[in-house]
Amino acid sequence: MTTQTEVPQRRGTPQDSGSTPVISVRRLWKVFGPKADQVPDSEELCGLTRRELMDRTGCTAAVRDVHFDVSPGEVFVVMGLSGSGKSTLVRCLTRLIEPTAGEIVFEGEDIRQADEKRLRDLRRRKFSMVFQHFGLLPHRRVLDNVAFGLEIRGMGRAERTKRAQEVVELVGLAGYENSYPDQLSGGMQQRVGLARALAGDPDVLLFDEPFSALDPLIRRDMQNEVIRLHHEVGKTMVFITHDLSEALKLGDRILIMRDGKMVQCGTGDELVGAPADDYVREFVKDVPRGDVLTLRWIMRSPEDGDALDGPELGPDVVVKEATRAVLAADKPVKVVENGKLLGIVGDEEILAVVAGQEGDA
Amino acid sequence: MTVVMEKPEKTEAAEPAAPAKSVRKVSRPVMIGAILVVWLVLFALLRGKQTLSLAVADLTDLHRWINDFNDSIGANRNSNPLFLYFFNEIRLVIDNLVTFVQHLISQPSGARPVPEIGWLGVVGLAGFVSWAVGNWKVALLAVAGFTFFGLQGLWQESMDTLALILCAVFVALLFAIPLGVWAGLSDRFNRLMTPFLDLMQTMPTMVYLAPLTLFFLIGGASATIATVIYAAPPTIRITAHAIRNVSRTTVEAADSLGATRRQSLLKVLLPMSKRTVVMGVNQTIMAALAMVTIAALINAPGLGVNVLQALQSLDVGTAFNAGLAIVIMAIVLDRVTTAASAREEHARNSKNRFEKWRRPLLGAGAVVTVILIYLSRTYLWAADFPGDGTVGSHIASATDTAATWVQDNLSGLTNAFRDAITNGLLNPFQTLLTDSPWWLVGAVLVALAVVLGGWKSGITTAVCVGLLVATGVWSDAMTTMASTIVATVLVMILGIVFGVWMGRSMTADRMIRPTLDAAQVMPPFVYLVPFLALFGPTRFTAIVAAIVYGAPVAMKIIADGIRAVPATTVEAATSAGCNTWQIITKVQLPMSRSALTLATNQGLIYVLSMVVVGGLVGAGALGYDVVAGFSQGELYGKGLAAGLAIVLLGVMFDRITQAAARRAGA
Repeated sequence: MTTQTEVPQRRGTPQDSGSTPVISVRRLWKVFGPKADQVPDSEELCGLTRRELMDRTGCTAAVRDVHFDVSPGEVFVVMGLSGSGKSTLVRCLTRLIEPTAGEIVFEGEDIRQADEKRLRDLRRRKFSMVFQHFGLLPHRRVLDNVAFGLEIRGMGRAERTKRAQEVVELVGLAGYENSYPDQLSGGMQQRVGLARALAGDPDVLLFDEPFSALDPLIRRDMQNEVIRLHHEVGKTMVFITHDLSEALKLGDRILIMRDGKMVQCGTGDELVGAPADDYVREFVKDVPRGDVLTLRWIMRSPEDGDALDGPELGPDVVVKEATRAVLAADKPVKVVENGKLLGIVGDEEILAVVAGQEGDA
Repeated sequence: MTVVMEKPEKTEAAEPAAPAKSVRKVSRPVMIGAILVVWLVLFALLRGKQTLSLAVADLTDLHRWINDFNDSIGANRNSNPLFLYFFNEIRLVIDNLVTFVQHLISQPSGARPVPEIGWLGVVGLAGFVSWAVGNWKVALLAVAGFTFFGLQGLWQESMDTLALILCAVFVALLFAIPLGVWAGLSDRFNRLMTPFLDLMQTMPTMVYLAPLTLFFLIGGASATIATVIYAAPPTIRITAHAIRNVSRTTVEAADSLGATRRQSLLKVLLPMSKRTVVMGVNQTIMAALAMVTIAALINAPGLGVNVLQALQSLDVGTAFNAGLAIVIMAIVLDRVTTAASAREEHARNSKNRFEKWRRPLLGAGAVVTVILIYLSRTYLWAADFPGDGTVGSHIASATDTAATWVQDNLSGLTNAFRDAITNGLLNPFQTLLTDSPWWLVGAVLVALAVVLGGWKSGITTAVCVGLLVATGVWSDAMTTMASTIVATVLVMILGIVFGVWMGRSMTADRMIRPTLDAAQVMPPFVYLVPFLALFGPTRFTAIVAAIVYGAPVAMKIIADGIRAVPATTVEAATSAGCNTWQIITKVQLPMSRSALTLATNQGLIYVLSMVVVGGLVGAGALGYDVVAGFSQGELYGKGLAAGLAIVLLGVMFDRITQAAARRAGA
């Protein structure tokens, strides 16, 4: 009755875990304060909590022993509350903040070893960043703001204006080229910031809480805009946010940070389905589980007496989207991956998730 | 009945305060009171002993030594390598610059009996430049103002003043903007600069002059250098502030796009701070005007000379006429530069349909200006301002008539007022300061500094007192201090009354603030003129001028302090049933304590500089010593020592009040 193709996949960019990562972060530390570089090397100091470290050494460890990989084309979200070190982390990636220890490998090259010229070149061509408070130049028109990065590279006026015009249209700002930033609304200003980041055609886009300063409705528009752009240009993105729903909406994978440490890293359904600790559990408590969990998380092994001739669905189908199909079928739905039966999902499993948010995964 | 009511209230108020704190809080005023009582008792016992008074013509060894030093510099000026290759070179360059500009607009140049550009050309140029950097309104103002100088019969003097200002501002900006950018980029350099800037700005204008004449002789060069030193700090500070205040995200965004340091400086930091820097330039120009006029004391040409001579011969009419020219120049320069700083933003936001005509119109204006300049070079009527300044003499005689009328008819009132303040406040206080033994006054000052500002300011004060004694003008310093403190008390009373009013009422603020702004633009010199007419040449004239000069800044600071009190706190007090008086005295004033101390600080500095200038109109003491030092060779050393004493007083006041302000803020 229902086939797998009828239920849409949650996202158009499936993970390919086999490919080499674009960015690979290992043992990354950022410590602020006197003699900061001693902290990561000292096993004793590493063990302290942030507060104890502050009392002992006067240092603040903003990022502590973080490691992760970002695959090509992936939207990788770093999530945490304010003070969790997420903004410091994203700045460490292009050394806007100089990391204290660890390595950041970008396409096989350790960014920490890059000299000033190479680093500038990376920033000009490989990375772009979108900032929470936009960081636009108030004395330049929209078009010149968008072209700013190209101008910095030394691109000629005619060429950069042409490129900027294209990007302005891409982000939906056509008609506002000659406005000044303070004549635009917050959401439009952030579109300018987005266009500026896209203009240089970078490999990786970094977003530092880009929508936190916007109204909820405009925020939603902008999130959809990012999803649309991701479809269109397919860039690798590292996205910082403190908003879990934003993280779940945008992120292929999510890294949760607390006090500079990484607490858990996984897909949205992994966080909701298998929280690493109470902190994450508390975080995801209010998430509508049906929107996030996939059948993989709720299926059970077939028992004797289960009818095994029901319709088939993939394991990565989201519960919410499978609900209708499961409830409509008079037999349990088979969860099948590559022709192999993983388990079955019946009405009770679906209802446990959809009706009661407290189901134990 | 009232007694019964009061008693429980008192105990209630005392109870909730933490014991440790209440001891401290009560003790400070008590300690100050105790110090004053001890002083009065000892004064009664020791009056007239060890007062270190020095007659006007008497000199100390230090003064004679400075005289000798000055003589030896004068003798070796052209042989000492330091002078030959350093100071004289600087003087030469600056002199050449000043002479060049003077030949352009004010003084006969070479074989020509008139300057290169006559009045018509200058007026045209002033209008055109004002229009180009500002708008057509300030251009009209500039044209009208400049023409008025000619009508006043003060064309050449005005142009001399303008020439000095242009030179000084040019040199000042040449140093100030790079230094400001550097201070904005480097915290360390900023920390290094700040104390110097503080010192340069707290010193009253007059004391700059004497030491500079030692190295650069009297005349235009010294005047320009003094002006540069005095006028550069605002631009340095404001530029640094502007660079620092450029949004961090924007700089970071430029970094993230791979901008080099140079690129982010040229494309981000400088363009974004341009508007603020122009405000700094405005301040620098106003400071330059103030200094250039007072530099008449060391033979700088210009309007200052007219005011100075008229003040010294008590010719109110002439002083008023020249003072009016200075005021007009101040207004024109201020309006034009303010318009320049507002222009950019204005032009950007308005979709003015005249904008696209701006370029061709400016071109046409430039052509007209060139024609005017050509005319003024070719024809005498356009070079020499026609007429003989009858308007000026009318103004002078009208002022004289008015002054005479005031003196004839209001002298009862003004004299009564003057005598009341002089006899009731000034004289007793001055006697207390000058007739106490020096060590007693010194000890009182140090003790007060410790109580008000802490040990550090106590030590500074002790050092200042020691040095004041060493200058040999202790007694004069005490006289100046008496005047300064009396004037500051009055400034603070005015400041609190008006500041609270302005802080509480937007209408009052809107009405009063423009007047205050205008008052702050005037060079201190000019203030003396009307009060000279009212009160004649006395200490009191200087004090009133000082109050008028110092009050605006105090009012503004206090008004801002009152306004900064959170509205919710005031609302809470209102809902608790406070009446207006209670809200002011129990909520708004205590909560703006740091604004009050800051206002005292600024009030003291402003008043001190004015009281010193008052030496010109019979205020005597340190100001007179400095002025006399310029004109009489044998008093040169004493004048220089008096200048140093003024600086010491300034530093002492500044340190104590700043420390007190920090305490209040903490």
